[in-house]
Amino acid sequence: MAESLLVIKDINVYYGAIHALKGVSLEVNKGEIVTLIGANGAGKSTTLRTVSGLLRSKSGAISFRGENIAHLAAHEIVKKGISQVPEGRRIFAEMTVMENLELGAFIRDDKEGIAEDINMVFTRFPRLEERKKQLAGTLSGGEQQMLAMGRALMSRPQLLLLDEPSMGLAPLLIKEIFSIIQDINRAGTTILLVEQNANMALSIAHRAYVLETGRITLQGAAKTLAASEEVRKAYLGG
Amino acid sequence: MDFSEQFLQQLINGLSLGSIYALIALGYTMIYGIIKLINFAHGDVYMVGAYIGFFAITQGGLGIFPALVVSMLVTGILGIVIERLAYKPLRHAPRISLLITAIGVSFFLEYTSMYFVSPTPRTFPTLMGDVSIHVGDLIINGQQLLILGITMVLMVILTYIVHRTKIGKAMRAASFDTETAQLMGVDADRVISITFCIGSALAAVAGVLVGVYYNSIDPLMGIMPGLKAFVAAVLGGIGILPGAVVGGLILGVIEALVAGFISSTFRDAAAFAILILVLLFRPAGIFGKNTSEKV
Repeated sequence: MAESLLVIKDINVYYGAIHALKGVSLEVNKGEIVTLIGANGAGKSTTLRTVSGLLRSKSGAISFRGENIAHLAAHEIVKKGISQVPEGRRIFAEMTVMENLELGAFIRDDKEGIAEDINMVFTRFPRLEERKKQLAGTLSGGEQQMLAMGRALMSRPQLLLLDEPSMGLAPLLIKEIFSIIQDINRAGTTILLVEQNANMALSIAHRAYVLETGRITLQGAAKTLAASEEVRKAYLGG
Repeated sequence: MDFSEQFLQQLINGLSLGSIYALIALGYTMIYGIIKLINFAHGDVYMVGAYIGFFAITQGGLGIFPALVVSMLVTGILGIVIERLAYKPLRHAPRISLLITAIGVSFFLEYTSMYFVSPTPRTFPTLMGDVSIHVGDLIINGQQLLILGITMVLMVILTYIVHRTKIGKAMRAASFDTETAQLMGVDADRVISITFCIGSALAAVAGVLVGVYYNSIDPLMGIMPGLKAFVAAVLGGIGILPGAVVGGLILGVIEALVAGFISSTFRDAAAFAILILVLLFRPAGIFGKNTSEKV
């Protein structure tokens, strides 16, 4: 039996009168890459934002390593070991690459460990090292995605939430980013990946959930879903 | 005194006055940067700072520097309390509610102060004696030196805090994108409190220095400098720290030149004419990038 890291049980999230998540339940086990796919507006980002504490669930439960985290503020959830790469990267454009990474390590005080991890990020993303003194806003889209991922890794998360890492990137770059996601996973970080690019997401994930207008409609092994007629028609272009 | 000397003299006067505006404008701009609020109570916080300095000197028998520190501490705490009680409950309310509340806080501070210290102006003790430096016909008096010196030291400290310390980086991150800063583990409420504390402490310094410079303080003294500092912050580009300083200095110099060469009656008109011109031709201010408002 796999050890479950994140358990979301029957959460309901509202934006004012709009019922965005209607009883979503999902589980992420330690060591997995789990992907949440679905059309625009299905509630994928809402799910990640609720896990990160930026949105509140009206009912249901979210537990991480057996501990209820649904009531915690966003900054406290980072300390529990969950880090998010938000949709659209949201790097701090007016700060340098280095400062962005330092902010990623905001919850830590071990100077040497932080320096080590900055080097680790630079090994993984050599282009960031070349640009470490540059303002983050001057980076290309792909580099900004790398910076956002590097920044999220700086808190040494056990669970990394990735929201649309492929957004706006060229196909070749998407491949590179996804292979880095696999590397990060192999190095021991569990990943919950939200994607519109279902093809790519299913190709690297172990398990997958399909979200449709606020409800999980399908779930299973990524390979099974990739082969299923329903998913192929709706999300993989036939 | 020929024209160029008179010009230089007004420049010196303008820089002193501008430093005061800069100190107040910094608080405006920092607070705007982080919660997008034009804190119209900020001028009154400056007034409270002046009174605390006044009482620290007259009742506490403190010298100018200890009095400044006391005033910064007390006013800084006042800033935190104002934010906690008046603004924090409105964190998710429309911005107009926040703005109206700020105006309410402004009146509250003005008239509560009036109740406790009476509306009569107080004479600020002269602390500097008659120290002044003469360069040819130019006179730089002790108060002006004090204002320029203290302002410069505070700017250096503030720049250090904002750029080199962890909390400063958190402040910049939160003012750029609060939500993402939270995803880094930054406690936004704490950063907002610290921002109010620093902004209010800077206003307190301005209040005490104005007391020293003009020798007179009263409970409504914050209204005009508060508005002027707002103009300074807009002129420099609201939300941008160096903009507040440059905007304050420019405004001070222009006012002094208008007062010196045209008529002091037009001083205030000059400041607000600048506001109108900036809003017409460069609404993002000197340092601001012209970006359209995100909805």
